[in-house]
Amino acid sequence: MARKDDLGRAGERTAEAYFRGRGFAILDRNWRCRSGEIDLVVADAETIAIVEVKTRRTAAFGHPFEAIGSQKLHRLHQLAREWRAAHRELVGGRTLRVDGLAITGDPAAPLRIEHLRDLA
Amino acid sequence: MSLARTWAISLVGIEGVAVEVEADLSDQLPDFRIIGLADKALGEASQRVRNACANSDVPLPSRRLTVNLSPASLPKHGSGFDLAIAVAALATQLPLSADALLRTAHIGELGLDGRIRPVPGILPAVVAAARAGLRTVVVPRANEDEAALVPGIAVVGATSLGDVLSRHGIDARLPDAEPVHARADQALAPEALDLADVVGQDDAVAALLVAAAGGHHLLMTGPPGAGKTMLARRLPGILPPLDDEAALAAASVRSLSGHAVTDLSRVPPFEAPHHSASAAALVGGGSRVPRPGAIVRASEGVLFLDEAAEFATNVLDALRQPLESGSITVHRAGYTASFPARFQLVLATNPCPCGNRGLRDAVCECPPQAVRRYRNRLSGPLLDRVDIELTLLRVGRVPEERGRMSSREGAALVRGARERAMRRLADTPWRRNVDVPGTWLRSGPGALPPAARAPLDRALARGTLTLRGYDRVLRIAWTLADLDGVPMPTPDHIGRALFLKRGTVS
Repeated sequence: MARKDDLGRAGERTAEAYFRGRGFAILDRNWRCRSGEIDLVVADAETIAIVEVKTRRTAAFGHPFEAIGSQKLHRLHQLAREWRAAHRELVGGRTLRVDGLAITGDPAAPLRIEHLRDLA
Repeated sequence: MSLARTWAISLVGIEGVAVEVEADLSDQLPDFRIIGLADKALGEASQRVRNACANSDVPLPSRRLTVNLSPASLPKHGSGFDLAIAVAALATQLPLSADALLRTAHIGELGLDGRIRPVPGILPAVVAAARAGLRTVVVPRANEDEAALVPGIAVVGATSLGDVLSRHGIDARLPDAEPVHARADQALAPEALDLADVVGQDDAVAALLVAAAGGHHLLMTGPPGAGKTMLARRLPGILPPLDDEAALAAASVRSLSGHAVTDLSRVPPFEAPHHSASAAALVGGGSRVPRPGAIVRASEGVLFLDEAAEFATNVLDALRQPLESGSITVHRAGYTASFPARFQLVLATNPCPCGNRGLRDAVCECPPQAVRRYRNRLSGPLLDRVDIELTLLRVGRVPEERGRMSSREGAALVRGARERAMRRLADTPWRRNVDVPGTWLRSGPGALPPAARAPLDRALARGTLTLRGYDRVLRIAWTLADLDGVPMPTPDHIGRALFLKRGTVS
């Protein structure tokens, strides 16, 4: 597996720990369908968040969030609808939103984690 | 603080409008939006601002920045908003004083390295900032001298974005490069144009004095080489110097035309557009950005149309309305802009297409209808507004070197005459003889006794003078009296006025 994929996996594990530490339950990870893949689905009492995790070793090639363009965002919303359709029993009246999590630095000991809620 | 505000100035014609620049930082994916009717140059500000901030070591936050330019319905153009946008955007996350930002207008274009580049139209923009009650205006260092001409507002000349931020108490990197200097304007050394250079045209010089003293529009007809252009170019030198308001208005127009303005010139402007000029070039135009035309640049000064009969007739007739109202309003699909256009019109024309008509030692080969057509290029309504019609001939002999009037002497005479006219017209809305309407001259408090008017009344009865011409002769007569320092025109003044109205000068 390429180094960049290792980095991505490591980042997603860091993201899981981040959400667990804030009282979220992990509902799903690396869920795939025809439209693409969701990195992480987490939930608390009121909301379910579809999370896109972006990991960068340095910010030299741009901020991690800059890699989420308008097309990617559009697809994330599409994926959120498809995930909900496939997991009606898990949703239970909670609202769905799309979150972004940017990890900069070594995923094992990240320099900075930034969390954007409810991307529109 | 996720919301920050400061001020910039948008120019519509020569009028500036204070524009509130609000920046909002929201927790969304990185984006930079500028809303509020921005044009292409202004829309590209987001790129310049992002790079300038990064290169000043104060990168913009990687979140969504929305910049709103209010009033949102006013179309805005140009790159002068860059600095205000950058400061407002940075203030959403840096501890800049909100109060200080709200009392300050920021004007300037940013380079990618964070240096501030000069923009045109600083003078009217700073005037507008002062009028809007702002305390401080930050301008490009290259425009500082120009901005400092405006009283009642503190001017800060900044070299770079880092410089501006450090004045607000934020540490930022200053670019290594030299500050951007103003484009070196080839300073037009004021030519030494003295009235004393005019030889052998003493009567024409006297007529020029009358035109200057009363503000009368002037038409000079004469063969090539008679000195028409020479005379016209010496008119600004004998006009009274501009007062503060007029000087600021004239400088604002120069600034708007992209000239570097570093001092407030008191010399009335002189514009001499070429006869191929279009109506838009003369009155102003431009499809998106209103640009002042020649008559606007000549405002408070002299508009000289050499070879007036060679101008297109529609161009000449476009002058009629501004001559009447003293201003010009340019209407385009996207905007309406008003400019001042208080100019003194000086027309010069040849007597016929070949220019030889009326000369003793030359033959005019123009057919009569060509001459008539040539003269008719100047329409009746336009000539109606011209008080003095002067016919010049070539100088026939080399005159002796003695006692010619210098510009300094002429200016003193003109100033004296203007002061007398202003004292006489103190209770009226008019300041110069040319502004006074005919009814006031004929039947107002300043009407002449019948005895003094007798030669005029006879001419009117004979039909050699129209009523409008009658008024013009009266106006010139008053100016002549003012020049001579007498309280009321004498029959001699009336006679000379009749001569200037349609006279021949040898």
